[in-house]
Amino acid sequence: MEWLQINYNYLLVIVLLMIGLWAMIGKNNLVKKCIGMCIFQNAIIMFFISMGVKAGSTIPILNYTKIDGVKTYLTEASMYANPLTQILMLTAIVVGVATLGMALTLVQKIYSEYGTCEEDEILEKLN
Amino acid sequence: MEQQYPVLIVIIPMFTAMVLTLAGWFKPAVCQPLAVVGLLGSFLSAVATLLQIGAGEVISYRLGGWEPPFGIEYRVDSLNALVLVMVSLVALLVAIFARKPVEKELGNKISNFYTLFVLLVTGLLGMTITGDAFNLYVLLEIAALTSYALLAMGRGRAYMATFNYVILGTIGACFYLLGVGLLLIKTGSLNMADIGTILPKLVGSETVLVAFGFLMVGVWIKMALFPFHGWLPNAYTYAPTATSCLVAPLMTKVSVYIMLRIMFTVYSADWIFNVIQWKPVVMVLAVVAILMGSFFALAQRDIKRMLTYLIVAEIGYMVGGAWTGTAAGLTGTIYHIMADGLMTVCLFMVIGSVVYRKGKAHFESFKDAFQSMPWTMGALIIGGLSMIGVPPTCGFFSKWYLISGAYQSSDYAFIVALLISSLVNAILFIRIVETAFFSATPSEIPDPHAHHEVDYADSPVSMLIPMWVSALALIAMGLYTGEIVTRWILPILPGGLI
Repeated sequence: MEWLQINYNYLLVIVLLMIGLWAMIGKNNLVKKCIGMCIFQNAIIMFFISMGVKAGSTIPILNYTKIDGVKTYLTEASMYANPLTQILMLTAIVVGVATLGMALTLVQKIYSEYGTCEEDEILEKLN
Repeated sequence: MEQQYPVLIVIIPMFTAMVLTLAGWFKPAVCQPLAVVGLLGSFLSAVATLLQIGAGEVISYRLGGWEPPFGIEYRVDSLNALVLVMVSLVALLVAIFARKPVEKELGNKISNFYTLFVLLVTGLLGMTITGDAFNLYVLLEIAALTSYALLAMGRGRAYMATFNYVILGTIGACFYLLGVGLLLIKTGSLNMADIGTILPKLVGSETVLVAFGFLMVGVWIKMALFPFHGWLPNAYTYAPTATSCLVAPLMTKVSVYIMLRIMFTVYSADWIFNVIQWKPVVMVLAVVAILMGSFFALAQRDIKRMLTYLIVAEIGYMVGGAWTGTAAGLTGTIYHIMADGLMTVCLFMVIGSVVYRKGKAHFESFKDAFQSMPWTMGALIIGGLSMIGVPPTCGFFSKWYLISGAYQSSDYAFIVALLISSLVNAILFIRIVETAFFSATPSEIPDPHAHHEVDYADSPVSMLIPMWVSALALIAMGLYTGEIVTRWILPILPGGLI
């Protein structure tokens, strides 16, 4: 139980990953597959972001306080969340959007070719 | 200037892609020459980098001047230098080859095609050269996204095949990213060599083991190892000629290279073969991949589809060779990455030429092909001999190393699978050659005294030259096997192998 209190974020990520994976593999509708892909990618983004968080930390932008009118920068690393994982996920979000765009374009092309987005109906028309 | 060669390999095609986008708006006709020039620059830089590297040396290039564990590092040893030369050579040959087929098949999309083409090569070269695990993921996705677009240009059935590839490819890349994330939690580093120095201190960590599982399944999906191969045959068969010539030899081979990097740079041979007991399972996958690929290839009427199943079998060769855990097996795998890249591109260009002349690549299209397309069929014979593994060509030497590696580690099932696969390849190519050379009945043989009408219609010269360069490269590489292995492959074999 104690483990769960500390690591519940990973549990959440695993649940989301499973939902996404199931939708990508098990669903019959191509748009639902795309939705599953989106959930899957976002779960990974949450995984990375949550691993960089520290208790009581703030966003990683250099902050300062005024002590007697003098600017003093807070340079203690433990005050900020790990910026590396956030930078990585900025890139991963871009990649995810591009992949989703690509997949939806293909679904649109498939729809105009076969008139349906259901995989079994398309396979029927192919054979 | 000499220090800048590693980055030039990637930068030149990247900027070429940008220029191509602009040039395509105004004058689509200049796109192909520009792409060839850009890829030639990349190829020359790759060769220069390869020649710079002495035995066992590592060139480290710091992007932006940041020190390695913090900044992105390009790390070139002779393993990825060899792969870089192979990738840029194949890309250059295909760019020259592509002119006529692209004009015929994708008339109004020429500029888009070449932009994506060069961008795909950028992604592949970047994946090969980078020493940073996350940078690799980004370039993997660049290569994947451009290849989706290129494959989908086949229209019709290609859309559905590509969609399946998008789904599976995304799962593969995401699994890789999850593995990198787990390693980041444990080690706090993204630099592959740096992770490699930290991991030995984490013996017995379950996170590290799970990360290895994610990384391996990710690259196996990307390289289409058996049970994950379902997407490959359809996606490559329905693609346009020039696309399949580029994607089929390169995507899977670069994935194999990434597997080697993960296994031996990030993790270590000692950990993989002594700490975890995965070897028997992976060897079974490799053996089944070889057998399944070969038998499905035997069942195909379409030659292009047959070749895609052969790729599945070849992946089994390389994975099996790396997982034998012997120096000879790993040498065979590294050598086969290059040999297979070259012979796959040779055969796909032959098939592309037949499709260009006859419309499709069924067995019937090869009827009397020896008379109408003698040069193309000559390249087919050399490529086929290499696939079967006949001595002067490089296919023989990679099989030799793989078999001797498997013999040292007593993986007899793998040896049997390799021999069966060679046999099946022999049947496949003899069948094609028989159709192409001997299908004319005696009465059809032209009378030498009469003015005979042989419809001579060989491929255009722009297609024959790259085809024959790749075919001759197969023989040249076979003849210089000893030099390649002793100069570049043996010095970088990791310790801890048998």
